[in-house]
Amino acid sequence: MTSSTKAPFEYAPAPESRSIVDIAPSYGLFIDGEFVDGTGEAFKSVNPATEEVLTEVSAGSEADVDRAVAAARRAFTRVWGPMRPADRSKYLFRIARLLQERSREFAVLESLDNGKPIRESRDVDVPLAAAHFFYHAGWADKLDHAGLGPGPRPLGVAAQVIPWNFPLLMLAWKVAPALATGNTVVLKPAETTPLTALLFAEVCRQADLPPGVVNIVTGAGDTGRAVVEHDDVDKVAFTGSTDVGKQIARAVAGTRKKLTLELGGKAANIVFDDAPIDQAVEGIVQGIFFNQGHVCCAGSRLLVQESIHDEVIASLQRRIGTLRVGDPLDKNTDIGAINSAEQLARIRELSDYGEAEGATRWQPACDLPERGFWFPPTVFTGVSPAHRIARDEVFGPVLSVLTFRTPDEAVAKANNSTYGLSAGIWSEKGSRILKIANQLRAGVVWANTFNKFDPTSPFGGYKQSGYGREGGRHGLAAYLKGNDA
Amino acid sequence: MTHLLDPDALPDDARALMAPLPPYDDVTRSDSAFRAFLHGLPGVDQVGAEARVGVLGTRSIKTTSKAWAIDTAISMVDLTTLEGADTPGKVRSLAAKARRPDPGDPGCPSVAAVCVYGDLAGVAREALGDSGIHVAAVATAFPSGRASRAVKIADVEDAVANGADEIDMVIDRGAFLTGRYLDVFEEIVAVKEACGDAHLKVILETGELVTLDNVRRASWIAMLAGGDFIKTSTGKVNPAATLPVSLVMLEAVRDFRAATGRQIGFKPAGGIRTTKDAIKHLVLINETVGADWLDPDWFRFGASSLLNDLLLQRQKLRTGHYSGPDYVTVD
Repeated sequence: MTSSTKAPFEYAPAPESRSIVDIAPSYGLFIDGEFVDGTGEAFKSVNPATEEVLTEVSAGSEADVDRAVAAARRAFTRVWGPMRPADRSKYLFRIARLLQERSREFAVLESLDNGKPIRESRDVDVPLAAAHFFYHAGWADKLDHAGLGPGPRPLGVAAQVIPWNFPLLMLAWKVAPALATGNTVVLKPAETTPLTALLFAEVCRQADLPPGVVNIVTGAGDTGRAVVEHDDVDKVAFTGSTDVGKQIARAVAGTRKKLTLELGGKAANIVFDDAPIDQAVEGIVQGIFFNQGHVCCAGSRLLVQESIHDEVIASLQRRIGTLRVGDPLDKNTDIGAINSAEQLARIRELSDYGEAEGATRWQPACDLPERGFWFPPTVFTGVSPAHRIARDEVFGPVLSVLTFRTPDEAVAKANNSTYGLSAGIWSEKGSRILKIANQLRAGVVWANTFNKFDPTSPFGGYKQSGYGREGGRHGLAAYLKGNDA
Repeated sequence: MTHLLDPDALPDDARALMAPLPPYDDVTRSDSAFRAFLHGLPGVDQVGAEARVGVLGTRSIKTTSKAWAIDTAISMVDLTTLEGADTPGKVRSLAAKARRPDPGDPGCPSVAAVCVYGDLAGVAREALGDSGIHVAAVATAFPSGRASRAVKIADVEDAVANGADEIDMVIDRGAFLTGRYLDVFEEIVAVKEACGDAHLKVILETGELVTLDNVRRASWIAMLAGGDFIKTSTGKVNPAATLPVSLVMLEAVRDFRAATGRQIGFKPAGGIRTTKDAIKHLVLINETVGADWLDPDWFRFGASSLLNDLLLQRQKLRTGHYSGPDYVTVD
């Protein structure tokens, strides 16, 4: 009855069919309700899991951005701004329903372009994106009751630049509140993940959204700069790296533009000795390996109480051994591909630093595909707060484990970061959770869970993680001015 | 010798007979020590446990892995009839089905055991002959467990004498819920002794324990007391074997083996009716405790209607089309 010889339960490949998506050989920009050719140099979008070129996409030049902003301004002044709020909400409901109807298409396309597992694009990204439109559709005609005073007014044209980690979801976070509050938008998706934004443009047409209300200008950093720095923009919203966020803050300083920044993070996930250990281990995994760790609020610093360190790490390593790394379109995949060669290089560089500085690297045995960009789930133990892997955002599947002895030490170490986007607390003791949560300088604090998102809940950071909130009632304020303004 | 810091502790010689495996041989020394141990086990966060089984429920098991899973599941079924109306005839027909679940296909594996009330264990034993299929009997005033210990022990001895080689006992939920953990423990120890060579499955009746914290504590009591299997439910109480309950019990057997070296089996029972449910359980085992438990020696399904659905799905995989209820046998 010894059991080491048991046949393992192998899961046969269960790939989601990609036939549902129809990727054109090339794409233009979406300006004033039409797809038009960009005047900048076209660039390729690749599938990071295979390095296959998916399509060619126009890069927006300054002239293109100018046209897009002009279209957005026209739509704001003539159609969207004056429109009855209840009618705006009808368009948003329509978009939300279309996202649901075409959810499989969006999920497959997102996984192809981004490399994230289909389980996540199908069960998290796309449903949450639809939820954001539903939620904000409900707000459109109730803004008087948002606590911003009577008759809050839209700002005008919003310039929005979004990252590659949640391409469609970040679009929804930006576009839904802007539209619900009566603004029009010019959105620049990330260079490596433009495809779901372009499919969203198609949804806007399907929903009969008036031309110019949503404009999508693809491109790299130069296009983004042109969008953000355009004179006729009233609002800038950016999600991305802290470096770029600083450049944007400088560019916007002294202008009339309102600014929200959602930047990097180095979240502490604090596990106390009275935590529900099995669920805490799940939460650690969800915190750092969700979306390959390409999450600004990822729980990349595990702070575990010394008395349970060995037990938690053993449990964690066993659990990580069951993670399935591979084909993002396989329905059983837990961890997909790293989004780009550039990002992979950065993850490697920081991991090598971790080892050089004396931390211990642990990775499970796992076969990585030969082509594409891959990095195995990684845990560093013996990390000191002085190590770079405890301070710099890796933005990859790399967890740094630190320990603490008392609650005060946990709080001090958690707050000892230039970032302050999110944090997690694991304890069965309610009073402790409430006390620690109040002491953490982080915009979002999760208790006995991690990486849970909901459109009703405001999201945003402290310190170098940015400012302004997205989602919930607070998120509306970023796109409105009071009558006294 | 009295225990230095625990004056309530039983004397060593009284404890020696039923001491759990090291390193836990001291935890049952007194009511308060046992309570402190059980309440010191890590808590279970219900929301987190549900989220975990929710994700595992999305695993897509197709083609060759589905075929393997169905055959494995059939070989793990404890084919059960526990009705007041059970007769020797009914048990014989169940035994025939246990040997050859699909009369049209000799390649179909037989089930692991037939599970009946103790008075019919002899009929089952005779009908199963030397097939290697086990005879499981429920005992200890199943399903309520409300009888004196003497009656419960007699029930067990009778079932074993009738030919049962596996005993499915119920714990005293009343004692558990009033916090008399040591009583629950001692009763299991006594039943185990009465079992002799028969394997003991300990039914927690998780639908009456309600919280996952209770499920974890009851699992530990049963394992420490020498149970060979821990089992979710009698099938007479709803809810029965839910996936979060199974997750917590699997974590318990996993942790127990890591600490003591002794492997305990797990049997979810009640409410598992479809192939889909069964496959979800196999996935749960695979990703919680690993392949070591994917064997009828260590995992069973307590079920009656599950087998026919497994057979229908098996036929579908072989022939490419669905048949119907007339293509599998009624019990």
